[in-house]
Amino acid sequence: MSPRHRQMATEALHENETLASLKSEAESLKGKLEEERAKLHDVELHQVAERVEALGQFVMKTRRTLKGHGNKVLCMDWCKDKRRIVSSSQDGKVIVWDSFTTNKEHAVTMPCTWVMACAYAPSGCAIACGFKQFSCLSLPSSWDYSGLDNKCSVYPLTFDKNENMAAKKKSVAMHTNYLSACSFTNSDMQILTASGDGTCALWDVESGQLLQSFHGHGADVLCLDLAPSETGNTFVSGGCDKKAMVWDMRSGQCVQAFETHESDINSVRYYPSGDAFASGSDDATCRLYDLRADREVAIYSKESIIFGASSVDFSLSGRLLFAGYNDYTINVWDVLKGSRVSILFGHENRVSTLRVSPDGTAFCSGSWDHTLRVWA
Amino acid sequence: MALSGAGRLPSKEMVKRRRLLRIEDIITKMQDDKTGGVPIRTVKSFLSKIPSVVTGTDVVQWLMKNLSIEDPVEAIHLGSLIAAQGYIFPISDHVLTMKDDGTFYRFQAPYFWPSNCWEPENTDYAIYLCKRTMQNKARLELADYEAENLARLQRAFARKWEFIFMQAEAQVKIDRKKDKTERKILDSQERAFWDVHRPVPGCVNTTEMDIRKCRRLKNPQKVKKSVYGVTEESQAQSPVHVLSQPIRKTTKEDIRKQITFLNTQIDRHCLKMSKVAESLIAYTEQYMEYDPLITPAEPSNPWISDDVALWDIEMSKEPSQQRVKRWGFSFDEILKDQVGRDQFLRFLESEFSSENLRFWLAVQDLKKQPLQDVAKRVEEIWQEFLAPGAPSAINLDSHSYEITSQNVKDGGRYTFEDAQEHIYKLMKSDSYARFLRSNAYQDLLLAKKKPESEQGRRTSLEKFTRSVCCWRRVRMAAAFHPRGGFLPAVGKVAGGQAPHGPDAVLLTVPTAGPGPGPADPTGRRRRSTSADRVSLRGDLVTVKEKE
Repeated sequence: MSPRHRQMATEALHENETLASLKSEAESLKGKLEEERAKLHDVELHQVAERVEALGQFVMKTRRTLKGHGNKVLCMDWCKDKRRIVSSSQDGKVIVWDSFTTNKEHAVTMPCTWVMACAYAPSGCAIACGFKQFSCLSLPSSWDYSGLDNKCSVYPLTFDKNENMAAKKKSVAMHTNYLSACSFTNSDMQILTASGDGTCALWDVESGQLLQSFHGHGADVLCLDLAPSETGNTFVSGGCDKKAMVWDMRSGQCVQAFETHESDINSVRYYPSGDAFASGSDDATCRLYDLRADREVAIYSKESIIFGASSVDFSLSGRLLFAGYNDYTINVWDVLKGSRVSILFGHENRVSTLRVSPDGTAFCSGSWDHTLRVWA
Repeated sequence: MALSGAGRLPSKEMVKRRRLLRIEDIITKMQDDKTGGVPIRTVKSFLSKIPSVVTGTDVVQWLMKNLSIEDPVEAIHLGSLIAAQGYIFPISDHVLTMKDDGTFYRFQAPYFWPSNCWEPENTDYAIYLCKRTMQNKARLELADYEAENLARLQRAFARKWEFIFMQAEAQVKIDRKKDKTERKILDSQERAFWDVHRPVPGCVNTTEMDIRKCRRLKNPQKVKKSVYGVTEESQAQSPVHVLSQPIRKTTKEDIRKQITFLNTQIDRHCLKMSKVAESLIAYTEQYMEYDPLITPAEPSNPWISDDVALWDIEMSKEPSQQRVKRWGFSFDEILKDQVGRDQFLRFLESEFSSENLRFWLAVQDLKKQPLQDVAKRVEEIWQEFLAPGAPSAINLDSHSYEITSQNVKDGGRYTFEDAQEHIYKLMKSDSYARFLRSNAYQDLLLAKKKPESEQGRRTSLEKFTRSVCCWRRVRMAAAFHPRGGFLPAVGKVAGGQAPHGPDAVLLTVPTAGPGPGPADPTGRRRRSTSADRVSLRGDLVTVKEKE
C-alpha cells in the first residue's frame, strides 16, 4: 500500500472509530448516571406516604356542560378570572365561554383548519391559537398532511359587537409542522410553542420575532408547561420520542431530561411547587418526575387502564392528579400514595384536554364528543 | 384472500404484534382455555345452534377477576370499549357495547383486528352491502341505515356498479362453499368489522385517529388493501404521500452534545428520594386546606353552589386570615398575591427600603415587554436604580454590579437577571423575615378587628371611596405613574415633590391595588375622614390631595 493510501485508510478508520468510541463513551456515561441516581433511591414515595392520612370519599360531578363545538374539542385553557375558558376544535372553531353561565362570549371559525392548541393571555384580553391550515381547494383526505400553514395567531378579545374577532388577528409563530401546544409566558407579550417539527420556540408577540428556539427532541413535541415560579425561566416539554425535557428559556439549553415512558408523552404539567412534574402517555400510565432527585418518583397505572392518557393536571395542593384518557374516562390519582381515588365517567368519546381552574375550585375537560365539562 | 376463522392458532408474527397492544393481549387471554379464559360455547336456540359465543356476564366477570377491577361499572365500560374497537361483538346488534347479562357475544377474527391497519374503501363496503342483499336470510337483512348507505353508494358508483355486482356475486359463491356453522361465524365477524368501520349513525367511530399521530401510524407506502381482494384503478392512483419526517442520522456532534449533557447530569447534586418525598408531602399537606377540591371552600365552591360569594371575597381588598397566612409559606407566595405584595411594599416603605421590591417588580415587568420596548426600559431601570446618583439606588455587591453594568451595554431582557436574583435573596432572607414578624403582618394574621363604632357607620359608598381616596399612589397594572418612571415611594421622591398633582387620575380597575393609606410607625391604618373629597366620573376618579 502506498503511503498515501495508508494515510487515507488510517484516516477513514479514525473517522469511524471516533463515532463508535463516542457512542460507547455515551453509553458508559449513561450507565454511570444510572448508578449514581440509584444510590439516592433509598425509598419509594408511596412508602413514605403511608403515614399520610387517606383521602375521604370522593364525589365529583359534572357541574357545567359546554355545547357548541361541531367537532372534536382538541384544547382548552382557563382565563385568570377563574371562570372564562377558551376552547378549540378540529373544525377550526375557537370559542370563548363564560363557563360559569355557559354563555359563549366570542367565537371565530377558521375554515380548513385544525386548531390543535389554544391559550388565554394572562391579562384576559387576548387568546392564542395554534393551528394547521389547509388549502381550501383540497380538503384533506385521510392521507394528505402536507398542509399549508402551521401557525400560532393571537386574537385580541373585543366586546365591540360590530367588530369581527378575526379582524385584529396577529400572526406570531411559524413552524414547519403542526403546532401541538402554545402558552403565554407570564406576559401577553411572549408565547411559547411546541410543534410536530420536533422543536419548541419562544416568540415576541408584538413583532412575531423568534426569541429563542429549543432543539433536542428526536420527534414531534406534543406538549409543554411553564414552571410556576415567580422568578423561574424554565419549562418542560414532552414528545413522541418518549422524552420529557426541561429547558432554560434564556439559553435555549436542555437542563434535564427524563426517558422512562414506553410511548408518546401527550401531556406534561408541573406540580404546584415547581419541584416536580407529571406526564401522561400513550403507554396508559402517568408518571411523576422530581427535578431535585432527577428521576421518576411515581407511576400511576392500573391493569384495567389500557388506553393512553391524553392530558393531566394537578389540584391546587398537588395531592390530586386528574388525568383524561382515550377510554373516555378521567381518573383521579392520589399523587403521594400512588392509588386511584376515583374514576369519572361522562364523556362519550376520548378526553383530549384537561385543566384545573386557576383557583383550583374546578377542572375542565374537553372531549372528542364535541363537549367540554366542568367538574367539581 | 379468504376470511380466516376464529384465530385460535395465531402465527408467531401475530403473537408478537399482539403483545405490543395490551388490548389484544387481553383478548387473547380471554379466549385461552388453559389459563381460565371465558367459556366459549355453542348454544341451542329454537331450530338451530348458535356457535362459538360467550355471555356478557362471563366477559364482565372475567375482566373483573383478571384485571383486578372492583366496580362492575368499570368492567362494563372497558368491555364496551373493547367491543367498540372491534375485538368482540354482540351477535344480534350493530351497536357495539357490552352488557352485564346473558346477551351473546362472539370474538372477532384476528384478520379483522384494527392492528391490521384496515382502511376499507367504499367499494369494499358497496360489495359487502350488495352481497348481503343477494342472500335470502332474515338475519342478513339490511338495517335502515345500511339500506340508505347502499342507495348512496349505488348513486356514487353508478358507472362501475356492474363491477361491484360481479364482485359481490363472486363473494357469495365463495361463501356458499363453506360449512354452515363456519359461515354463521364468518358472516357475523364480517358484519362486526363493518360495524366498526361504518358505524351506526350516532355511534362513536373508533377508527378515527389522533391527527397528530396519523402520519406515523398509517403507512403511506403501503397500498390500501381491500377486504375482498379487489384491486382496481382507483387504488392505483396514489394519494398525496407526505414524506414522513426523515430520520436524521446521529452525527458525532449530536453524541458530543449528549456526552456533555450526561457529564453535567452526573455532576449535578441531587437529593435523596427520602428527602424529596418529605418535601413533596410537606408541601401538599401545607396546601391541602387551600385546595378547594379537598377541603371545601368557605363559604362555598361557586361551581357547586352556583354562588359567587367566594370570588367576591377574593376580589375584595380585605384579605382573609387564611390568605394572609399563606403569605408566610414562602416568599413567592407573597410576591404572587397582589394584596400581599402591596402590604409588603408598604412595610418596606416604612423601613425606607422599598427600592429593592420596586427594582424586582421593574425587572419582572421588563421581561414582559415587547422586544421593541426592551432597550428603553433597560435604560430606565438602570437610571432609576443603579446608575451613579440613582434616585432609588439598590445595594449590590461589586461583582454583581460589574456584571450588570456590562449587560446594560447589550440591553436585553435578561440584563438584570443576576442583580434581580441577588436582590430577591436579600429581600427573602432579610426584609421578608422581618415583615412576617412585624405588627402590620401579625395584625392581619390575627384579624385584629377595628373598633365596633367605626364599622357600623360605613355605607358601601363610603367603603368604596375610602378604598380609593386613601391611596395617594397611582396604581396601574404596569406599576408606572402617569408621568412615566416608577412608583415613587410615598414621601420619598426625587426633589421631595408630591408624587402627583391635585388632579391626578386614578384608574379604578377593580383588582387594582387597594387599601388603606400609608402605615404609620405603629403599623396601624390611617382612618379616612370626610375631609377627603372624591368625585366620581364613570371609571375615572379624581383624587384631591388631603394636605
